[in-house]
Amino acid sequence: MSYIAILLTYVFINNFILVQFMGLCPFIGVSKNNETAIGMGVALTFVTGVSSIACWVVYYGLLMPFNLTYLRTVVFILVIAALVQLVEMIIKKMSPALYKALGIYLPLITTNCIVLGIAIINIDKGYNLLECFASGIAAGLGFTLAIILMSNIREKIDLNPVRKSFQGVPIAFISASLMALAFMAFDKSLLANLHLV
Amino acid sequence: MPILSAFLVITLLALALGFGLAVADKKLKIEKDPRLEELESIMPGANCGGCGFAGCAAYAEAVYSKTAEPGHCAPGGAALARRMGEIMGVSVADVKEKVAYVHCNAHCEDKVKAYDYQGITDCNAASILFKGDNVCKYGCLGCLSCAAVCPEAAISKSSEGIVSVDPDKCIGCAKCIKACPNGVISLIDKDSPYAIGCNSKDKGPSVTKACSKGCIGCRICEVKFPESGIKIVDNLPIFNPSEPHGQIAEAAAKCPKGVILKR
Repeated sequence: MSYIAILLTYVFINNFILVQFMGLCPFIGVSKNNETAIGMGVALTFVTGVSSIACWVVYYGLLMPFNLTYLRTVVFILVIAALVQLVEMIIKKMSPALYKALGIYLPLITTNCIVLGIAIINIDKGYNLLECFASGIAAGLGFTLAIILMSNIREKIDLNPVRKSFQGVPIAFISASLMALAFMAFDKSLLANLHLV
Repeated sequence: MPILSAFLVITLLALALGFGLAVADKKLKIEKDPRLEELESIMPGANCGGCGFAGCAAYAEAVYSKTAEPGHCAPGGAALARRMGEIMGVSVADVKEKVAYVHCNAHCEDKVKAYDYQGITDCNAASILFKGDNVCKYGCLGCLSCAAVCPEAAISKSSEGIVSVDPDKCIGCAKCIKACPNGVISLIDKDSPYAIGCNSKDKGPSVTKACSKGCIGCRICEVKFPESGIKIVDNLPIFNPSEPHGQIAEAAAKCPKGVILKR
């Protein structure tokens, strides 16, 4: 599978938020305004990219030789949690400004299931190291796209009259489901038509 | 046997990761100046924002980086300013403790009403309609919007309709000053023996029509008692307790409207 195909797959066709419905917590929780949405998206893209590589290395370097592939979920969570901690420390040291901007989102990402999801999907699809990295970045970009669209929609909704019973999260869920319907337009035939498969 | 290898691999991996993080924590440790930590620890922690910074920690950092001077913290007062000065090694001029004061001493029946206000009990709402229901556009509207924002519940209204600040409870955060649409509240020295009970900048005749307790700007206090520490600015007496004010008691007694109040 070419890198462009991987990118298209995880940004549009198999978008984690709007097609696979994974990691919805920050999608609803952090999408109230545009700035924090972008911050969360960038932080998550960074972590999915790095953790995809780390999980691939651990899986093929440690679990395969010892025939322990059934332990991958536990081990991946361990690796991701440690990695996010390390990333947090490095950012705190190197760039306090960025650390302040990302704030609470960095530790939150530890428990985001997109990060674990893309690591497991990478193994299931049998990607090599570079493809792994590409799919990790693409998963993060897909999340970023969805959360930025969502935050823009919610900023507009806030200015409009909404029935009291629909205000806040309910109208956000309705908007999200309509966006998900729109994303059904992307499917595997897109790749075929572009001669990428 | 498989269970043993699984146990060993997971344990070793966890140990390696934990050890790695421990090493990283040591290597990437951020040195924090003990002076900054001490500054943060002595702050009152009210986070009132009265100093003009986002909170106590932000002000401590500003003092540490010398972008702000000690003494802007109203809740901490002079004692805190001195301690901050000691930590930073700078001398601090004595800081007077400040409290909020409502410069309007008119009872409900003293004020002439322009119309009958029946809206919600909120000063800003009342202020939208012709700047309130009093003929006097400078006085207290009595809707207690200031009390609503007071973090220490120091503001109360007497049965005669006079809104006052309890100087012992007030921490000088100035939130009430921002909440008041008529600007009738300001900070005065906590130990100031006298205060001015009027805020009207109008000339005498219009004040007389609006309120029976308003300052008419007759200047008796300023002219007859030059040692009273009072200056008339914009038809209003300003009392400065840091100037010599030996005659302030006589001036207060001679004020025809009783605007100079003993505290």
